[in-house]
Amino acid sequence: MVKKTYAEINARIRAGEAVVVTAEEVIPMVRERGIEETAAAVDVVTTGTFGPMCSSGAFFCLGHSKPRMKMNRVFLNGVEAYAGIAAVDAYLGASQIPETDPANKSYPGEFNYGGGHVLEDLVSGREVLLEAFAYGTDCYPRHKLEKMISLEDMPYAVLYNPRNAYQNYNVAVNLSERTLYTYMGILKPNLGNANYSTADQLSPLFNDPYYRTIGMGTKIFLGGGVGYVCWHGTQHAPGAPRGENGVPTAPSGTLTVIGELKQMSPRWLRGISYLGYGASLMVGLGIPIPILDEEMLKFTAVSDADIFAPIVDYSEGYPQATGEVLGKVSYAELKSGEITLNGRAVPTAPLSSYPGARKIARQLKEWIQEGQFTLTEPVFTIPT
Amino acid sequence: MKQKMVLRFPAAVVEQPFTYHLIKDYNLMINILKANINPRMEGRMVVEISGAEDDFHRGIEFLQSSGVKAFPLEQEIAWVEERCTHCGACVIICPAGALVLERPSMEVKFLNEKCIICEHCLKACPARAMEARF
Ligand code: SF4
Ligand code: SF4
Repeated sequence: MVKKTYAEINARIRAGEAVVVTAEEVIPMVRERGIEETAAAVDVVTTGTFGPMCSSGAFFCLGHSKPRMKMNRVFLNGVEAYAGIAAVDAYLGASQIPETDPANKSYPGEFNYGGGHVLEDLVSGREVLLEAFAYGTDCYPRHKLEKMISLEDMPYAVLYNPRNAYQNYNVAVNLSERTLYTYMGILKPNLGNANYSTADQLSPLFNDPYYRTIGMGTKIFLGGGVGYVCWHGTQHAPGAPRGENGVPTAPSGTLTVIGELKQMSPRWLRGISYLGYGASLMVGLGIPIPILDEEMLKFTAVSDADIFAPIVDYSEGYPQATGEVLGKVSYAELKSGEITLNGRAVPTAPLSSYPGARKIARQLKEWIQEGQFTLTEPVFTIPT
Repeated sequence: MKQKMVLRFPAAVVEQPFTYHLIKDYNLMINILKANINPRMEGRMVVEISGAEDDFHRGIEFLQSSGVKAFPLEQEIAWVEERCTHCGACVIICPAGALVLERPSMEVKFLNEKCIICEHCLKACPARAMEARF
């Protein structure tokens, strides 16, 4: 029986002795050496994901001006940030688009710039145009402010993403006769393609399906810097159907995460544009999983062939919320480039970057091996 | 030699079999990348012409003397690798197999020689890593 505590694993990390492997590397190890031996040998398995995560954004404190101002409306490079909080605080959402954007009036809209792009500009060190408007009060007399501002100028900037790291997601197809422009990418008519979006066997929540080690305070890789899990995410649905290995076979767990924006990098926070759908943000996120016992190791050894996703029609089933599932398919099949549906070969495309996920898992592994990143035991784990 | 060319056909000559002559009389290989030809209207074609240098120049002269305007293709589609996130969204959009996912690395590669400059990827790439260059 293998049993390790967070304290023991951290002691080994600090001593530079921890054995750390990625969620990809652990699979062949288990095949060769078995669960028990690998569980005894490995201290931490690192995971990663780099995909579009619309439910992301950042809280800013924009700093006080002279004279003072209670900002009611705030725009950064023309993209509105929510300012219904204290005087110079605002929250910029990744999917917000400028008021001047024609959106889908010229269908399919291009959505070339949005909140996600502002975040990318800021972490790239670029200045953005701040425009703020106010009704003016005795204590905050100023009505209007316009200036260039950089991340460095802001006294406070924190990435706060209400829903990231979805544990499993739909495979999107189109049964209709016309092209669809969705958050799952472009879906060609008559089953022209099948798009999916997870980091497969590297995805954080596939490797700890019952969230035994993930909860408030779990230290993670976020946007190239260090962040924390601070809650379960919006639409967290742990009750989704699960396979024998515990892995959900439908969209299920999600996380709310937080981290200091100033240490993040444009490599792992990228503004993106979905034709006909909107603007968003690609977020890089990685979670280290402590191998507390054999069960944890077994969870992390899950591979693409054992993870299944539901196929959903985005011409009817998804928009009309019928709940209809056309079938289930494994990530090994999805990754092969082609699945079979209704007797037809349908080409697949990922929307989440597997190479990006792999780089994040490796980066996290390096940080831990170098002794600069220790694990935190959650204050409480997210609901199962 | 091998060269991508844009051919403009005035309405008066649009229905003549130029590619046939280029192949038969000038020993050139013609690969049609893009064609927009309508009867009795000006037409435009993007072709890749390959063959001996001599034949190539004689072929172009033949086209010019027949009223076809021929000039080298200056627009190219470029893949900005630093912007590419390897998300794979483009691989099912590209009709020419010029954007491909390599397995098992799952990295995206751009094969310039296969690109037919249809421009579908420009707006389909969420990270705007594909650019038209003139
Ligand atoms: S869609 Fe764009 S970012 Fe994604 S793989 Fe293709 S070129 Fe790269
Ligand atoms: S322009 Fe883009 S989509 Fe069209 S062939 Fe070239 S790479 Fe493919």
